[in-house]
Amino acid sequence: MTAPRPAPTAGDGPAIEARELSRRFGAFLAVDRVSFEVERGEIFGYLGANGAGKSTTIRMLTGLLAPTSGTGRVAGFDVRTEPEAVKASIGYMSQKFSLYLDLPVRENLVFFGGAYGLWGKALARRADEVLALADLRDAGDVTTGDLPGGVRQRLALACAILQRPRIVFLDEPTAGVDPVARRTFWRIIRELAREGTTVFVTTHYLDEAEYCRRIGLMVDGRLVALDTPAALKATWVPERLLVARGRDLARAGERLRGLPGVQHVVRFGAALHVRVAPGGVSEEAVAAALRSAGASDVAVEGAEPSLEDVFLAVVGANGRGAEAAS
Amino acid sequence: MAAGPTPDGGAAPAAVAARGLARRFGPVTALDGLSFEVARGELFGLVGPDGAGKTTAIRALAGLVRLDGGEARVLGVRAGARELRERLGLMPQQYSLYRDLTVEENLRFFSRLYVLPRAVYRERVARLLAITRLERFTDRRADALSGGMYKKLALACALLHEPEVLLLDEPTNGVDPVSRRELWALLGEFVHGGMTVLVSTPYMDEAERCTRVALVHRGRALLQGEPSALIAQFQDEAYEVHGGDRDLLDARLAALPPVREASPAGARLKVVVARGARDEVAAALAPLGATLAPAAPDFEDLFLSSIRRAS
Repeated sequence: MTAPRPAPTAGDGPAIEARELSRRFGAFLAVDRVSFEVERGEIFGYLGANGAGKSTTIRMLTGLLAPTSGTGRVAGFDVRTEPEAVKASIGYMSQKFSLYLDLPVRENLVFFGGAYGLWGKALARRADEVLALADLRDAGDVTTGDLPGGVRQRLALACAILQRPRIVFLDEPTAGVDPVARRTFWRIIRELAREGTTVFVTTHYLDEAEYCRRIGLMVDGRLVALDTPAALKATWVPERLLVARGRDLARAGERLRGLPGVQHVVRFGAALHVRVAPGGVSEEAVAAALRSAGASDVAVEGAEPSLEDVFLAVVGANGRGAEAAS
Repeated sequence: MAAGPTPDGGAAPAAVAARGLARRFGPVTALDGLSFEVARGELFGLVGPDGAGKTTAIRALAGLVRLDGGEARVLGVRAGARELRERLGLMPQQYSLYRDLTVEENLRFFSRLYVLPRAVYRERVARLLAITRLERFTDRRADALSGGMYKKLALACALLHEPEVLLLDEPTNGVDPVSRRELWALLGEFVHGGMTVLVSTPYMDEAERCTRVALVHRGRALLQGEPSALIAQFQDEAYEVHGGDRDLLDARLAALPPVREASPAGARLKVVVARGARDEVAAALAPLGATLAPAAPDFEDLFLSSIRRAS
């Protein structure tokens, strides 16, 4: 019995290639001339607000939805003319993946394996492999419906990689998943990438996006930024970033908006992120202004911007008002 | 922040009181003696991992789940009592709007459910549409709204009858960072206007925005209090790791007993270490070319190490 062969690929170009890819729904242009390439073995993050066109892009690249114009190639196959070859080459975990909740975990794998043409000992062996990879070794006999949400997401991922796809598309795989489970999930994604799998992933958790080698950012159907996390930070948050912590900061933060050089004041949990242009106020001046506005236990220090700072800057610069971010 | 009047202090009863809530579903213990209290005007967070019991607790407070034990009261009245219908708002995780109706039609439908007079309805809808910034989309069908807009419409519907207490179950799941901020800014305004809000969330930055939180695990409250006070009482130490190869570091850190948590999230690697174990960890990382620098613990560090210790 031989192990199942890796899914087919054609040629040796990029894993994923979009050229002027567009999709219109009636009068609504959901995806507007999007172009990018994803290299083999890369973790590529695709970010954007709700309704920005991320899922529509994925549905075109997975051969589920025909582009209105433009071209997409995945694993060397054309998504418009060879959608079946595309589907055979990839794994896809959609936002609304379906598992059989009344079946044990292993039987879900057997069911999906059957759909991919796996059977017998090869399927059993592969099921063991993906259970181990997804950290579900001891869960094979558990009824799927009894699993917590985060564990169920891992089973959905296990199903998506059963056929050893060289490319996986993960659409918000960690939505609603707690921090502990998210970490486990990303350990698995990184493991897949280390083995050479190309990962195309969307998320609203921007701390996770730091794991991506490169990130594309969509606003209103257009791809408006594409680079490594470090380069995005340098480009989109060129100002000094100060982080203020303390008590009763929220209302006091309003007072900062008039200070010299202060461009944005945004809440991050209990803290404030203050973006200051060169030559603007110092840490001490920000702290003093916050104290005089009623905040206490104030500490202000410089920090590296997060990808969430980048996201807010990009979205703010491309349409939706900056006040949305406060 | 003041704790508010206590229920036995003779003042007004707590907005929400959960006392020893217990509920099993077959072999699963969802609530195992969960207790917490929310004073009027608080923004209180229920924080915990998947399956901790947050949703069951909120459903119990809304009177939608029968308890095996304990007592759930809202505004001094037994949860589920008819008189709470007009005083309590609920936004469950899967909020059912009519997907084939427009924004405006959904709002009108829910206003009829609450039997609002026409003039009151008009005034409230105008205000809710303005603060949710949905005015321009009143003709759009609910199924054509983005995830964030749908949540905001659901929130508007849950607020039409101007409840005194609002319960929200993970309202920002799947909502993008900008819409998430808008939703929280709205909650802040409602609380500022005197409403009591109880919200469950898996986002640690949202937990930090609450006046008080309860960290729920396996149906019980592990910790509760002001987020900043809880962080201040943090028993472990947090450090940032500088230098070294990320994969080698991950493997090494996973094998070190005093390392409670290594959080690779973000560009930098943060570790939570048992008090006093800094030198031991630093010595173990030195051969990998990595050093430790002190870092401020945040709510996520607290969450991860509390859950780890309790598991």
